[in-house]
Amino acid sequence: MTETVIQTSNLFTPTILIPLLPLLGFIINGLFGKKLGHASGWIATTMLLASFACSLFLFFHLPAGGSETVVLSNWFYFKDIFIPFAFLIDPLTITMLLVVTGIGSLIHLYSIGYMHDDEGFSRFFTYLNLFVFFMLILVMGNNYLMMFIGWEGVGLCSYLLIGFWFKNQAYNDAAKKAFIMNRIGDLGFLVGMFMMLFHFKTLNYDQVAIGALNLGIGNITIVGITLALFIGAMGKSAQLPLYTWLPDAMAGPTPVSALIHAATMVTAGIYMIARSNILYSLAPHTLDVILIVGTATTIFAAIIGLLQNDIKKVLAYSTVSQLGLMFAALGMGAFESGMFHVVTHAFFKALLFLGAGSVIHALSGEQDMRRMGGLGKYIKITFATFLIGTVAISGIPPFAGFFSKDEILATAFEHNKIIWGLLSFSSMLTAFYMFRLLYLTFSTSFRGTDEVKHHIHESPMVMTLPLMILAVCSIVVGFIGLPPVLSHTHSFKNYLSSVFAQSKTIMPAGHEMSHSMEWILIGTAVGLALLSIAFAHNKYVMQKQTPVEDEQLSGLSKVVANKFYVDEIYNAVFVKPIMLLSDLFLVIIDKLIIDLLVHAVAFITSQVGRLLRLFQSGHLGFYMFAMVISMIILLAVQIFVVI
Amino acid sequence: MLTLILLLIPLIASIIALFLRGELVKWFSLVATISQLAFTVYVFTVFKAPNAPEVTNGLLSLNIDWINSPKINFNIGLDGMSLLMVILTNLLMPLIVLAGFNRNQERTHIMYSLMLLMHFALIGVFVSFDGFLYYIFWELALIPIYFISLNWGGVNRATVTLKFFIYTLAGSLLMLFGFLFLYWNTASHSLSWVDLTMNHICSCKQGFIFWMFFLAYAIKIPIIPFHTWQPDTYSSAPTQGTMLLSGIMLKMGLYSLLRWLLPVLPMGTAEYTPYVIAMCFIGVVYASVIAIMQTDLKKLFAYSSIAHVGLIAAGIFALNVQGIQGGLVQMLAHGINVVGVFYCADIIINRTGSSDINTLGGIRVLSPRFATYFIIIVLGSVALPLTNSFIGEFMLLLGLFEYNSWAALFAGLTVILGAVYMLRMYQKVMLGDVNENVTVFEDLKWNEELVLATIAILIFAFGIFPKPILELVAPISEQIYRLSFVR
Repeated sequence: MTETVIQTSNLFTPTILIPLLPLLGFIINGLFGKKLGHASGWIATTMLLASFACSLFLFFHLPAGGSETVVLSNWFYFKDIFIPFAFLIDPLTITMLLVVTGIGSLIHLYSIGYMHDDEGFSRFFTYLNLFVFFMLILVMGNNYLMMFIGWEGVGLCSYLLIGFWFKNQAYNDAAKKAFIMNRIGDLGFLVGMFMMLFHFKTLNYDQVAIGALNLGIGNITIVGITLALFIGAMGKSAQLPLYTWLPDAMAGPTPVSALIHAATMVTAGIYMIARSNILYSLAPHTLDVILIVGTATTIFAAIIGLLQNDIKKVLAYSTVSQLGLMFAALGMGAFESGMFHVVTHAFFKALLFLGAGSVIHALSGEQDMRRMGGLGKYIKITFATFLIGTVAISGIPPFAGFFSKDEILATAFEHNKIIWGLLSFSSMLTAFYMFRLLYLTFSTSFRGTDEVKHHIHESPMVMTLPLMILAVCSIVVGFIGLPPVLSHTHSFKNYLSSVFAQSKTIMPAGHEMSHSMEWILIGTAVGLALLSIAFAHNKYVMQKQTPVEDEQLSGLSKVVANKFYVDEIYNAVFVKPIMLLSDLFLVIIDKLIIDLLVHAVAFITSQVGRLLRLFQSGHLGFYMFAMVISMIILLAVQIFVVI
Repeated sequence: MLTLILLLIPLIASIIALFLRGELVKWFSLVATISQLAFTVYVFTVFKAPNAPEVTNGLLSLNIDWINSPKINFNIGLDGMSLLMVILTNLLMPLIVLAGFNRNQERTHIMYSLMLLMHFALIGVFVSFDGFLYYIFWELALIPIYFISLNWGGVNRATVTLKFFIYTLAGSLLMLFGFLFLYWNTASHSLSWVDLTMNHICSCKQGFIFWMFFLAYAIKIPIIPFHTWQPDTYSSAPTQGTMLLSGIMLKMGLYSLLRWLLPVLPMGTAEYTPYVIAMCFIGVVYASVIAIMQTDLKKLFAYSSIAHVGLIAAGIFALNVQGIQGGLVQMLAHGINVVGVFYCADIIINRTGSSDINTLGGIRVLSPRFATYFIIIVLGSVALPLTNSFIGEFMLLLGLFEYNSWAALFAGLTVILGAVYMLRMYQKVMLGDVNENVTVFEDLKWNEELVLATIAILIFAFGIFPKPILELVAPISEQIYRLSFVR
């Protein structure tokens, strides 16, 4: 491989500005945040808006189907391997850029209101800008190590932001758990990179793809690499069995949950696999694994979501479930559909989280839905926008979620009927628990204390404006990917087609589904969703049921409400034994065995010394005697041995 | 010639320091170490200058006959590896001196004189190209640190220091025996490094000599199970002593592996590499696991240091260019980070009087600036990308991966375990509500802030711009790699 030369490109300036602006915001707020006060929020938001503008510039100026590489410098190299600081701008990157900077800007704006009275206001925006910087590095890099910088960097920011209120040790525990679980995945990512370096001598996406193509379909090396990378994705994107950090991550301020733990960071795993689509399409076995893990996660999380009572926890499990759905799409080789769901999900899930934040804000910090109810009357904008988000995630046309979900379900039907059944079931559950959340929060009458009720207020404009923008997007954004029955052009697929062109030739697409079949599928999906909504409506609005208190739970529902005791199992199987082992190593092996041996050596030496000292008695007679004996022995040796 | 000046500055400073008193000694030592650092920068430019090798060599190395029989030469010089270690030493020395400001210390003139003497000996170890000369410096380095630990240490210092002294001395004697053997078994009867790397000792004897050297280094590094002197010594030595030991002195062992073991006894090395690597990475995981439950701040860092250097040793023994180069880069990074963590521990212990992490907590509330520096150093230790230790760790693991992929996976557990114990420690010490034992936490003094800020800057500087260092050690890594193959 030759040293990468610095290329000049007319997109150079906007490209480097995109990550640099949030970095600049981070530096300004980090150094002068205390003095800037509330201005730091506006600085951070402006930086990100400018970044968004640059992303739009790239969107309009990158030739259709083209890609640009912008090289800054060689980061490091050894032997014949060069690892540059370089950016790759192609449609996939731009898609992620628009999502990250666009939704990121709205969430920054919202945070100015949400965090207004927090003493760590400027620190919050410092971290938030740093997060965006790393997220941008993650999606813009042209090689896996650049992606890994972003990958670990967003993990760090996630750690800092989950534990933002660091006086609370429970939050700190959640933060630490997130970091460590992600690190487990990161080891997989690292091993994947080692394999690539070993076999291809490069980490650049395009060269790795070339190397992989030379190896051919089903090669064991590619299976190894893709599986290792997928372990990284399982950590970052909260898939079974590494998902338990995400629900705990809700300890962070709500805008963080919206930005990091719903819209952007957690989709990094999907981005990574889409980015490596050629590798994955060469490894059908890995795709099967992804499909199984994704499907299992989507159902498992949806079931847990049914019985959660914390408004953010419901949304968290819903995120895990939706991420599972995206992985299922990737597992079927439908990379565009997975990415399409990333985009639509980013809008409506950010909307839902911010809406939940607005509810929590209105209720002076209350998160338990059993203490809510009837809020629709008081906070109308929040309610209206939240309703839109809920409908969107439930897959009701023409809202955004419908289109992306429908696409995945249609693919699943072609791929495997059982998978289709499972995914449809999960979607049905989604519609149920989301409307359960909506009804418990906004319908019937208020169940909290009068004190709280007295304070209920709509959020300020700076918070409701992002909600409204996101709501509009959640309605219209689905139209970039209309199903074949409605339109012949799928603009999103067309836009990304150049990225996935090569894997399409490796994995030929199935035949086109008949229109009547497709109508039947759409009808079934929508019918099931409506059925669950009706069920939820009957249960929580007509019968005005509220979930029972935790102590009254029993049987299966207790198991589900306690998240199948997965945390407890992990604790017993991994955490406790390691702690035990640690004590064992120190007390038994280190102190007892090794140190005892060391001291034994010293002890023996000193005893031998003590013994030998006896010979040094000072008696001349003894010395003479010893001398004579020695001479006799030496003579004897001379005579009997040497001859 | 230039190398000689590098040796003389600390030696002369050490003598002058004896005649000064009080605060003046500290200032003098600071000036001396900074001058040394400035001179190192100059030497670096000479080294990098595009001169012919003979010209550079003429400027840097010096070879005088010292004793004729046995043949011992005063042979000093600099190559990429030596220079890296000299840079590490001279970069850390001003920080270590600076760490002593604003602290009450008795008999400062002796203490700083000893530190400078140690500085001299350390530089000597790294620039010697004659086995005997190297051995003299190696032993000389032990004497000042012995007295520093003995006189200015904490509880139990006499027992702990004695154990440390005898343990390392015993190892050194084995090495001396090894050198004597080499001397008599080489045709030229010379211990000059170049001659030694061309010896023709048969493989039947190399294995035996390998262990002589390896044990000396394994004790110094330390590689488990030869580590039990270390946690106690680190926690009872005065902070500046611990910084000297962990930051620079244990690098002597790692450096010596590359200088005096691998290229000198390639066949012995090849024979025992699998055992040594297994020992190293079992040690990595073993030490990391112990660190998880440690409650004493200094001991926790001691075990974490054992894990880190174990990985470096494993990577070196993987016997490929990435492993060697990664090991060298990581020595620099580890030196900086370990000095950082021990200094943070010192600041905490100095202010709260406690090193038990269970009695600490909430320091971030009281001193957010300190919290920021500390988290940067913690992140450097857990090898986050863009910090200095990431590139070294990446290359080491890659080197191990080429040696054996399962070995890399096993040693890679340090990526996870490192995060576990460091974050747990940070959470207990810095986060949460203010613990009742920590009601007052004085703001950082100027010298403390200066040390921490410098370390923080170095962590990012070497993480983002590692090229100069990689370029410095690339040729020598190749050379050692070639020499380490069976001749």
